[in-house]
Amino acid sequence: MRFADEPSTPGENLPILPGHDSPGRLERVLRAGVFAVTAEIAPPDSADPHEVFARAAMFDGYVDAINATDGSGAHCHMSSVGMCSLLTRQGYAMVMQVSCRDRNRIAIQGDVLGASAMGVSNILCLTGDGVQCGDHPEAKPVFDLDCMSALNMIRGMRDDSQFLSGRKLASPPQVFLGGAANPFAPPRDYRPLRLAKKIEAGAQFVQTQYCFDVELFKKYMAAVREAGSHERVFILAGVGPLASAKSAEWIRANVAGVHIPDAVIARLRGAKEQAKEGVQICVELMQQMQEIAGVHGVHVMAFRQEHRVAEIVERSGVLGERTPWAPPKYQQTRLEQIAD
Amino acid sequence: MYRMRKYSVRNARWLKSVYGVLENVLVRAHPIFRSIGYDKIDKPVLMVEKLTKGFLLDSKSCGQCVVGSTGLSCPMNCPKSLRNGPCGGVRMDGKCEVDATMDCVWVNAWEGNKRLREKEYPIQFVQPPIDNRLHGTSAWLREVRRAAASRDAVVSE
Repeated sequence: MRFADEPSTPGENLPILPGHDSPGRLERVLRAGVFAVTAEIAPPDSADPHEVFARAAMFDGYVDAINATDGSGAHCHMSSVGMCSLLTRQGYAMVMQVSCRDRNRIAIQGDVLGASAMGVSNILCLTGDGVQCGDHPEAKPVFDLDCMSALNMIRGMRDDSQFLSGRKLASPPQVFLGGAANPFAPPRDYRPLRLAKKIEAGAQFVQTQYCFDVELFKKYMAAVREAGSHERVFILAGVGPLASAKSAEWIRANVAGVHIPDAVIARLRGAKEQAKEGVQICVELMQQMQEIAGVHGVHVMAFRQEHRVAEIVERSGVLGERTPWAPPKYQQTRLEQIAD
Repeated sequence: MYRMRKYSVRNARWLKSVYGVLENVLVRAHPIFRSIGYDKIDKPVLMVEKLTKGFLLDSKSCGQCVVGSTGLSCPMNCPKSLRNGPCGGVRMDGKCEVDATMDCVWVNAWEGNKRLREKEYPIQFVQPPIDNRLHGTSAWLREVRRAAASRDAVVSE
């Protein structure tokens, strides 16, 4: 999907359309009303930029934006701002995740300006997992802000062109703001209200936790629609392939906030090839998500199975006839393949 | 104390109205406080505040109390010190992600909010980030000064 006003130099952003807040592709795609696909890239434990490029290339032509996680699961990896800087130079639409666990308001605001200067058009604020679940449990948890106050702060930087302190910015960061939502964690009857509060705080799109429980998610979406929130925020439902019944059980027991119903685990266990079945479940979930009113896209989190994302998106058919933007290099190889 | 904390959430409604009465009394005493000097009485008032709120709510004396909007569940007991609602890591049984031995502070806050039976859920107000300089000062006196100032502003209009 290429826009008519596409810049000729890779890495340059699009012009900001009236009513838009960012020069990015994700906002364009969502506001165009098409079903969007985003995916999460695994940040390398490496200082080699080519590892980042190789990981991003796996998604070429299948996703509208790529999330760069910020120390997810409280594990140390290449920083979100570093990943985004490398990939925006290639023209990728990046969603920079900002966790409140590791940095205070001074550091976060500095990163927002730096990232925006590097072409990042989407920022997603998260509370962040506790340090106890990571590889540095002895670290000091910061949590100077929470996801709501972080959203509110960055919105203030963008719309009022000022720091939290009130000091003026010479040029505001033009970013599309996102948040996370977990429809499945207690207190469940509060979760739709929490989404409404996040919109108040500044969220323009949300990506949800893994939705393996379709019935529960439908109930959540019904409450969201009743509140009218689906018209005020773009909702991308979280999906991902489970590698096996064993790994699903491990995730359910050890990863905070992930809800996997017994039926899904039973289905995996009963399958001959569990990894294939995991992909099949994910494909079906994506198709079901597309049918739910108020869902504007899917967010694929294929942890350690990133190589399967293209296949999953292809098989799901959620993109229809559309091919999301990819670097020119990809389009060349596509043409070569066609010529062959 | 964890048990008292849970008791306070269960009794959020009448405890909040008792606080309302106390605040009214304190706001009336504003001229006296002002003549003595707020900075002079901050320490003694804080001691009383610490004792009562520490006993009832496990208050951490952040100096900018928001329990009125959290159903009397002190958000500073959240290991992530979240002041705007529950994170996505709450365990399926409603326990805290970080400390599985306690209820999520915000699961309790939501219960407390429902008990308050107010027109709009005060939990929905987006709270600003905490001012770390105010830790260890009296939140009651801050509220009294704010209430007295807004009352005076209304009078002068």
